[in-house]
Amino acid sequence: MSNGVRAHSKAAFYDVDGTLVKTNIVHTYGYYAMNRGSLLGIAARTVSALASVPVFAALDAVDRKIFNEFFYRYYAGLSEDRLLTLAEEMFEDLVKPAIFPKARDLIEEARRSGCKIVLVTGALDFTVRPLVDYLGADDLIANKMQFVGGVATGKVIPPIIEGANKANAIRDYCVREKLALDKSHAYSDSGSDYAMLAIVGRPTAVNPDIRLRALARAYQWPILDLR
Amino acid sequence: MRPLKTLRRLYDEESQVVITEKGSPPRVLFSGEDFLLEDLPIGTRVIYARPPLEGVPNPKAAVRWAINHPEGMDPLHALLRPGMKVTVALDDISLPLPPMKTPDARQIILEIVLELLADSGVDDVHLIIANSLHRRMTEAEMRRMVGEKIFKAFYPNRYYNHDAEDPDGLVELERTSHGEVVAINRRAAESDLLIYVNINLVPMDGGHKSVGTGLANYESLRAHHNPATIRQSESYMEPSRSALHKSSDRIGRVIDHHLKVFHIETAINNRMFDGQLSFLGKKEEDYTEFDRLKLQSIRYMLSKMPRAAKRKLLMSVPAPYEVIGVHAGATEPTHEKTLELCWKQYSVPVEGQADIAVFGIPYISPYNVNSILNPLLLQVMGLGYFFNLNRGVPLVKKGGVLILCHPAYDEFDPEQHPSYIEFFNRLLPETRDAIVLEHKYEREFATNPSYVHLYRKGNAYHGAHPFYMWYWGENGRQHVGKVIVAGAENNHVPEILGWERTDTLAEAIDSARGFIGRSAQISLVHTPPILQTDVRI
Repeated sequence: MSNGVRAHSKAAFYDVDGTLVKTNIVHTYGYYAMNRGSLLGIAARTVSALASVPVFAALDAVDRKIFNEFFYRYYAGLSEDRLLTLAEEMFEDLVKPAIFPKARDLIEEARRSGCKIVLVTGALDFTVRPLVDYLGADDLIANKMQFVGGVATGKVIPPIIEGANKANAIRDYCVREKLALDKSHAYSDSGSDYAMLAIVGRPTAVNPDIRLRALARAYQWPILDLR
Repeated sequence: MRPLKTLRRLYDEESQVVITEKGSPPRVLFSGEDFLLEDLPIGTRVIYARPPLEGVPNPKAAVRWAINHPEGMDPLHALLRPGMKVTVALDDISLPLPPMKTPDARQIILEIVLELLADSGVDDVHLIIANSLHRRMTEAEMRRMVGEKIFKAFYPNRYYNHDAEDPDGLVELERTSHGEVVAINRRAAESDLLIYVNINLVPMDGGHKSVGTGLANYESLRAHHNPATIRQSESYMEPSRSALHKSSDRIGRVIDHHLKVFHIETAINNRMFDGQLSFLGKKEEDYTEFDRLKLQSIRYMLSKMPRAAKRKLLMSVPAPYEVIGVHAGATEPTHEKTLELCWKQYSVPVEGQADIAVFGIPYISPYNVNSILNPLLLQVMGLGYFFNLNRGVPLVKKGGVLILCHPAYDEFDPEQHPSYIEFFNRLLPETRDAIVLEHKYEREFATNPSYVHLYRKGNAYHGAHPFYMWYWGENGRQHVGKVIVAGAENNHVPEILGWERTDTLAEAIDSARGFIGRSAQISLVHTPPILQTDVRI
């Protein structure tokens, strides 16, 4: 301890959607769509979003990266101020009630063991920031939306945080913050986060999907259920 | 069938030791979820448990008598006053083995104690399972242990498992004269009276270990659950010669200084099998033809079943243990009385040590009730428990050979033993040195948030527990010259544990004789039921 700031030697990296929170990226977008401006706008975006569901599902199954790129285009034209305000409201309405009951315990246990708490998500940073504050996490690795003149362009500043890039981001973060990657923990629910789990020394599957459960069994990673 | 005259010639009925001769029957040994039937070399000493002592005719009356005539304390009713805060701590599912038929001895005691508490105007009562760093008991197991009526009245808010990782759930008392941390469950520490309900199976259990270990946390256990203390314990089944117990006693005395602790200890006999399996408690010489038939049928049936089904079947057979004595009162005088009974039941006098000791390892240990006896638990059964079931002098000579009969399968239960998996696959291939393991990895495992979470919210053993299992085997590892696992189905498990393997017991004995010499004295400890050898040199 120095100046009240704890020096960490390792970190715990948490995926968010499905791992700590029951929601996923589609819920987030739906919330924004429903809360946009005029009634006509709401209707148009809702119909558009609903119509896109099969496309999203197919893309998600094929490649999370393409899914994210495709998905974030729907933010184009929304103002930054509005997005930030909505993020707070969305957290209260949508995210907070969906936090898994045991998620806070898991984070507290990691904190007690001396880990720096970092959320790693493919969601946009401003949408996750209230959750970071609520859980008392130390840092966030997330996608950043490109804004021009205070308006979202629908493009994410590369590299997009997903799949293998999550692992790269975690490795870079550990180098930058002087944290031991081999002593750090990672938690995720999805087989698509295999790279993020495999890069740390202490991976754990949380509420795993079938693919990740099989991987966790094969690699003898612990499996948690936060539900 | 052998004529009675021949049988009489073969062994002394009074003795618990049989020396095999030409024409001796083959011996039945556990090997995991199977029974072996093995002919042993002539001259092998087979050591049997004593016959079960007679159970008390009325266990409820015995409990009432004990709490009304306690050792070194006032009777329980005299300690109670209306409105006081009482916590009742209970031994967990690791005792007895296998779990006993219902009603469990704990239920019998609780029915009397809780009624007395209610009649005395004591309503603030919590029941806490003193599981220490063991796994939490499941709801069904908790129900079975105390019976439906008590379960319904107390579960879940007033009947729960101790949580050694609850940051607000423990209180640290003053340290012992040796600087050992004394931390115990907050609810227990803040109660006006703590009643501990114990079941004593082996002399290692009970006494100061009950509260000081069962309701403690990792920091407190580190004082004695370490390789150095284990190495200083000649046998941790013989409390007076065990550094582990001396440390535990120091911790317990600090607790007794701060808290009023009323112990109710029970000793049980060794009647592990009844009904169709009762023949397993006999010497093979005493088997009837019908017993042999039953044995063959069971062996045939087990040979046709998948291992998981065999395990399920065997785990579902509860033991018909009977209470042979109940004592209550202050920690030390109560436990002394209990130990006397334990020795009476479990201690078997044996003349001289053996060069080669053979143990059949069963499917169950204190740490895998309703689960798998994984390789680390096989190790603790052989080098930890069976090796140490003595009164200070091990059965096997220094540098001798230990033969364990078990398939040594590479199976782990990820729900109960997640940290064991990493310990076995990652740490043991690096080093088997308990001191190195302790210093390099113990704290990391103990504080691993995933393992902490699985301990607190799931039904997993604590992250530090596989280390304790390895330390438990430390004395055995230091003492024996070689361990051979007979019937191991793979090469890598014995190799990781630092052992040799053979396909059969006969091959293992040959190999051990090659190591020791042809004149090696062989002793088979015929368990279960468990016994404690009292070796006289």
